[in-house]
Amino acid sequence: MTLSVPQGTFIALAGTSGSGKTTVMKMINRLIDPDRGEVRIEGVPVGAGTASDLRRRIGYVFQGAGLFPHLRVGENIAITPQLLGWAPPDIAARTAELLDLVELPRALADRFPGELSGGQQQRVAVARALAARPRIVLMDEPFGALDPVTRDNLATAYRKLHDTLGLTTIMVTHDMQEAILLADRIVVMKAGRVIADLSPSAILGAQSDPDVAALIAVPLRQAERVRGIAGASVKAAP
Amino acid sequence: MTGQMTAAFHELPTYLANHVLISATAMALGLALSLPLAVAASRSAGLRSVVLAAAGLVQTIPGLALLALFYPILLGLSALTHAAFGLNLPALGFLPSVLALTLYSMLPILRNGVTGLMGVDARVLEAADGVGMTARERLFQVEVPLAAPVVMAGVRTATVWTIGAATLATSVGQTSLGNYIFSGLQTENWVFVLFGCAAATVLALAADQLLGLVETGVALRNKPKLVVGLAGLVVGTSLAILPLVEGSRPTYVIGAKNFSEQFILAELMSNRIEALGPRVTRKESLGSAIAFRALAAGDLDCYVDYSGTLWTNVLGRTDTPPRARMLAELTAALREKYGVEVLGSLGFENAYVLAMASNKAKTADIASLSDLAVKAPELTLGSDLEFLSRPEWGALKRAYGFAFRGEKSYSPTFMYRALETNTVDVISAFSSDGRIVDQNLTVLTDPKGAAPSYDAVILLAPKRAKDETLRRALSPLIGAITVEHMREANLKVDRDDGKVTPKEAATYLASTLKGPVR
Repeated sequence: MTLSVPQGTFIALAGTSGSGKTTVMKMINRLIDPDRGEVRIEGVPVGAGTASDLRRRIGYVFQGAGLFPHLRVGENIAITPQLLGWAPPDIAARTAELLDLVELPRALADRFPGELSGGQQQRVAVARALAARPRIVLMDEPFGALDPVTRDNLATAYRKLHDTLGLTTIMVTHDMQEAILLADRIVVMKAGRVIADLSPSAILGAQSDPDVAALIAVPLRQAERVRGIAGASVKAAP
Repeated sequence: MTGQMTAAFHELPTYLANHVLISATAMALGLALSLPLAVAASRSAGLRSVVLAAAGLVQTIPGLALLALFYPILLGLSALTHAAFGLNLPALGFLPSVLALTLYSMLPILRNGVTGLMGVDARVLEAADGVGMTARERLFQVEVPLAAPVVMAGVRTATVWTIGAATLATSVGQTSLGNYIFSGLQTENWVFVLFGCAAATVLALAADQLLGLVETGVALRNKPKLVVGLAGLVVGTSLAILPLVEGSRPTYVIGAKNFSEQFILAELMSNRIEALGPRVTRKESLGSAIAFRALAAGDLDCYVDYSGTLWTNVLGRTDTPPRARMLAELTAALREKYGVEVLGSLGFENAYVLAMASNKAKTADIASLSDLAVKAPELTLGSDLEFLSRPEWGALKRAYGFAFRGEKSYSPTFMYRALETNTVDVISAFSSDGRIVDQNLTVLTDPKGAAPSYDAVILLAPKRAKDETLRRALSPLIGAITVEHMREANLKVDRDDGKVTPKEAATYLASTLKGPVR
């Protein structure tokens, strides 16, 4: 497959389980090395330097947050700056700034991840990914484990950050609705190949590929049914 | 009772200091070896199975056997290092104890280390990689802290085991709290036995509690607990081993095998040497073969052995020449072959004899070994732990053709008990044993002269062969102790009522010395 991501875009990698979307994303920060082919960032192959240097320049939000249970929230957020050898005052200032950015009270910095709600943990994970001011952020099903309300709030908040900070984001999701609502481009994968690479509005149009059509059909049909139920019960205006 | 307690407390600083020193050293070595090994084993399934199987195997070897095994290994190593670098490794005492205990401590640390490291959530490990940690950063910042509580539990187990097993170090000549237990068992001094057990238990519990604090400190990331626990361990260990630092540099090392007479004679010799000024330490409860080899290797400076024992066990002779000729030949042979000096005979024999209760001997009409051989098929022989495997027994068997109904081995103290309770009919007694008189035993005569004589002789290590101080302190003991007085001194220690410590018995024995010594 070939995929190029212009700076500043928000890409959703969609597809069913086993389609290869997570593998592709992990090749970007070398959590997985490709058997063949190459990944380049701003023209430079990712294999050029050490993997740890590369990863410190790329934010990564893990499935289910992936926070370090033995470190306090503040220490979790500060981990990459600390690895990069930032001065302690800079780290402290950056941590406070990030807590504000992800709309968490600063007092949470001294808590352990286990004491936080799922949504709060995920906000911390976003803050940690952004701590060393990366220009690229990779997200692996970042909001998958959250309740729908929290999920929608967090997703919208992140999209705002993406725009304000001028990030390039690649998000893996199997939720087509989330992809449509957040991303600039949706890349649908199947068995390691790209079977669609379209804007949200384009993907909602008629699809020739049956797999893509099936993926899109679900949220559309659900929206239709919700509307039907709403119309029947309260006769509300459309 | 109070006298025994006082005597026990008197020894406590030295015993405890040594016990803590070997336990702490073994634990430090065990940790230094096991932790990196656990990290490597958690990474490789092949290494893991090998390492855990090896550690498990070591654990199945009884502690005493493991200690005993290190003695010949170190003797061999010492010979190698001596040939290669002119360096003598001490094969007795500290080194074998620490090495055996180190091996013993490794399994719980390894097992919990591997379990702890492998139990770290794979997603957390991926996150560590994802935020850009190097392998080293990931190990120390994520894996080690997360595995720490499980590892600490293993360290606690290992510490309790090590402190318990360290009591066995006494048997290879390393002073420990086991000295109470071993000497107490030999002299039926139950106050000493209990005191030793209690001291080791209290020490293990204290170490376990402090490590428990460290464990909670690590698990709950509670710094004060961690600091208190660690500080307690460091301060406790330092305080315990302080007596060793103060009382440094013993000049002479006196050995003793594992029975009352040896304890008494070691005390007697120590007192006489100390009276001249030098310091003395004792290595007690040594096995017979270990004592001589330790002396020849210079780990001991002097101890008392018996001519017949040396004749058969060391020189490998099976003939039994008359007493005087044996002593002369022995002196020449030991000097020539080992450089060991026979200072002289103390004046009494402690021979291996076969003895029976006098009334039973009379009823069965047994007075000599020849009589015994006839009745042997109806009788059971009780022996000490060494006798049946000793050449003397082989010589007696060849000469008289004994075929007993049964043969049972006991530690000497329990052997006399077995005779008293009719569990056995004949025992391998020692001719200087006070219990021969006390229990009204008949010593069977040896009409064929098959058993060698057993003169108690003072042996000096090669490097001490010409030592003026030792000669001045010990020469007056030559020919100065009668078998009656030795029996009396032994009885004082071995009897149940009015039992005294070997130290007190040595004082008694000193007061009976013949000639100008007093």
